[in-house]
Amino acid sequence: MARYLLRQSLNILLTLLAVTFLVFALNELTPGDVARKLLGPYATQEQVDHLFREMGLDRPLLVRYAEYVGNVLRGDLGTSVIYRQPVADVLLDRLGNTLLLAAICFAVIVPLSVALGVLAGMRERSPLDRGISVFASICASIPEFAMGVFMLAIFVVWLGVLPGTSPMRATAEWPVWMQFVLPVAVVTLYDAGYLVSMIRASMVEVMRQPFVRTAVLKGMPFHRVVTRHAMRNALITPFTVILLQLNYLVSGLVVVETLFAYPGFGRMMLEAALAKDIAVVEAGALVAVTVTMLTQLLGDLGYMKLDPRIRI
Amino acid sequence: MADILSLEGVSIEHRGRRGVSRILDGVDLSIAPGEAVGLVGESGCGKSTVALAAMRYLPRGMAISAGRVLFEGRDLAAMDEGELRRLRGRRIAMVYQDPMSSLNPVMTIGRQLVEVPMLHGERDAARARDRAIAMLREVRLADAEATMERYPHQLSGGQQQRVVIAMALMAEPSLLVMDEPTTGLDVTIEAAILELVRDLRARFGTAILFISHNLGTVARLCDRVGVLYAGRLVETGGVREVFRAPAHPYTRGLLDALPDLDRPRGGARLAPIAGTLVAEDRARPGCAFLPRCPHAAPAACGAGAIALAEAGGAGHLARCARLGELPARMAAATDAAAQAEEGPVLLEARGVGKWYEVGGGMSGKPRRVIRALTDASLEARRGGTLAIVGESGSGKSTFARVVAGLAGEARGALSLAGEPLSGGVDSRPRELLRRVQMVFQNPDSTLNPSHSVGYALMRPLRRLRGLGAEEARQEAARLMARVQLPAELAERRPWQLSGGQRQRVAIARALAGDPDLLVADEPVSALDVSVQAAIVNLLADLLAGSDMALVLISHDLALVRHMADRVAVMYLGRVVEYGPAAQVFAPPWHPYTEALLAAAPRPDPDAPPPEIVLAGPMPSPAEEIRGCVFASRCPRRMEGICDTLAPPERVFGAHRIACHLELAAPG
Repeated sequence: MARYLLRQSLNILLTLLAVTFLVFALNELTPGDVARKLLGPYATQEQVDHLFREMGLDRPLLVRYAEYVGNVLRGDLGTSVIYRQPVADVLLDRLGNTLLLAAICFAVIVPLSVALGVLAGMRERSPLDRGISVFASICASIPEFAMGVFMLAIFVVWLGVLPGTSPMRATAEWPVWMQFVLPVAVVTLYDAGYLVSMIRASMVEVMRQPFVRTAVLKGMPFHRVVTRHAMRNALITPFTVILLQLNYLVSGLVVVETLFAYPGFGRMMLEAALAKDIAVVEAGALVAVTVTMLTQLLGDLGYMKLDPRIRI
Repeated sequence: MADILSLEGVSIEHRGRRGVSRILDGVDLSIAPGEAVGLVGESGCGKSTVALAAMRYLPRGMAISAGRVLFEGRDLAAMDEGELRRLRGRRIAMVYQDPMSSLNPVMTIGRQLVEVPMLHGERDAARARDRAIAMLREVRLADAEATMERYPHQLSGGQQQRVVIAMALMAEPSLLVMDEPTTGLDVTIEAAILELVRDLRARFGTAILFISHNLGTVARLCDRVGVLYAGRLVETGGVREVFRAPAHPYTRGLLDALPDLDRPRGGARLAPIAGTLVAEDRARPGCAFLPRCPHAAPAACGAGAIALAEAGGAGHLARCARLGELPARMAAATDAAAQAEEGPVLLEARGVGKWYEVGGGMSGKPRRVIRALTDASLEARRGGTLAIVGESGSGKSTFARVVAGLAGEARGALSLAGEPLSGGVDSRPRELLRRVQMVFQNPDSTLNPSHSVGYALMRPLRRLRGLGAEEARQEAARLMARVQLPAELAERRPWQLSGGQRQRVAIARALAGDPDLLVADEPVSALDVSVQAAIVNLLADLLAGSDMALVLISHDLALVRHMADRVAVMYLGRVVEYGPAAQVFAPPWHPYTEALLAAAPRPDPDAPPPEIVLAGPMPSPAEEIRGCVFASRCPRRMEGICDTLAPPERVFGAHRIACHLELAAPG
């Protein structure tokens, strides 16, 4: 166990180094330089070259990368070119917003999909199963932006009961909590549709296992067979996928954030990447990779807890 | 006394997309208190459906269309869910095939056992726990308290089945339904489980419905037996009458198809039952067995329903239209025709071994060496069969895989007709691949489901023998004829064939390269006995008069006795006894061989129960054993010698036994 944790920590560290270096290097290779972008099309070449040197961009890549790593270790993530603030400030602000949205979504999605998946899978091809399965497929097959636009059309334009944007500031009309309703609904419907199908499939598989028959033929009532014997087994396979949703919820919500003008992490990454704001992109990559690696670690530990056959 | 369970003219139908098919057809069966009734038949005959009907737990789509299932006089169909729940687990309990999957993998054994009394009125959890521990002791599990805290995967197959039996007996039911409870277990473990069930039955007076395809296990355990064919009961009676004087041609066929453990090979052929059960037979108005029956007279047999009729002793009934006219059962020919002499040595193994290293490095686990196979010296001769027997984990399959090149680089020296045979399939030249071919246990998973039979045969012909398309097609047709497959099957896919046909395809595929050596790993153990006999005959025909050699891996001693010229008995990766078949099956024996022979089930109700029942599990192949590998389970162990010193090899001519005992030379 201790060895496993040690090995995983080492793994995370190496991956972080590799990813940050790749992002760093890729930025070099893409056309257009930061100094030109900053100064605009009317600056003279001399001015651009001056800024280029001032920013230290004329030194070799490896030197700059080493310097960058040193800075990060001291807690200095650099300054954002487009937001004209320390990266740490931008990042914390945006990440805070995103984590809040992600946490709410996760707290809705997981219990909802587990409940629907188990209900659908416990009696294969029953009317309940068919109803839930059709609903789940519809949800999973409508892209987020389409779903968002439908919702906006219905609840904002037509009914006018919800705000159309979520800037995360209380406005005269809408309190902050109401601004969450639509983004959470869109993300939940889209993501839960997928998870429900996964969990249902796993549950169907488990209900066919001989040990479920053993439990029934012990004289156990059906609802207890489902909750005591089948459910835990049915969650083993989808468990990793459930945790993977955390990655999606933290760094994959660009579409929803853009649609609702939500000041989140995904949108920040998109803006920074378009503007070649390398300090922000680097810091964002650092966060995204850390989240991914940590959910993986969590996944392994959870697996072990769920399935006694797995030992690490 | 009233019957515990009785089936009165029960018919069960399955409604599916392909219409309605009749799974059971008017089955009458009753079990008295304390009685053990066996139910036998090939796969698809409806045995398991009877078991599930006894618990009113039919799969989706199946329903009782006629008749009643009565438990202690009450119709199961008339019970509501609550009454049924009070019955299941409390009055009727079930033991299943494949104990591993019948136990919940994520719950401790203790929790699964304690559930039973807690579901049936026990309120005191501590008392339920004590009862579970006592029951684990009853099924003779060492260290019952520790077992309570274990998970199913931490137990061996035999231990798992003991747990399932303990779970079934927790509430002291009056009927125990056992569906193939020993299928998939090693013979020594099977013998121990059967002894346990006999013993528990005597102590608790539980009635047993025992379902098995293995006639030997039924003979050992049951008082009465029913034979099912195509969902109809074709014969029933006392186990002695039915096994001694089988009246129905199907029962006779089942018994005659079995190789006999007590009769040596002598060129005799097994008697398979022709054909297979097809869907149309279920709806046949007369006898369902008619198309396969050697005594069929279509006028009498196909006319209409045939009733069960007296067939000799009291209660011995058979459903055959020609019952009175059947010829007396022929004693199987003891054809002692001189067996063909074996040819020169083809495969020679000298000190062959395969050790795997696991763990170590970054894995975080201690480095261990798995000794799958150690120091095997064997030979296979042209035109002959070398059989390797042993329990699972004995290393017999590892030997097969080393020979076929599937296990990579191995220790020791292996040669084929004097030339070295080393390395894995990747490093062997194509010519060598052609000369060594393999047939696997399960033809369902070894044939590619998307390839037609013809394509599966033509590929090796083109790759290994370099034939052109047209030549390959002709050669494939010849191969199919050689394994007695009709030519029109060439266009079929594996799933459209029966199990026996699939195994014939697998054999034909192996023969495609015209190999010198055929390695067959449990080639018939996934097949019904009637089909098994046909495949065994086919293999014998292919060998006769050819200069090919066969290496046969099997756990079935009767089969080995029937087929082998030389036999190697393996235990924990080592050859403990090796020699010509006649000598291995006669004393002196290695104690392990003796135990295997004693454990093998015989289809004879009067066979004495085995004197030696091996206790305990086989040690892990990762353990380093200083003395004899068999010492920990040997009934004749000499303390201080067997567990510390490697056994000497006792040589009696061509017969070698690795044992410390002073074995007397054969007289």
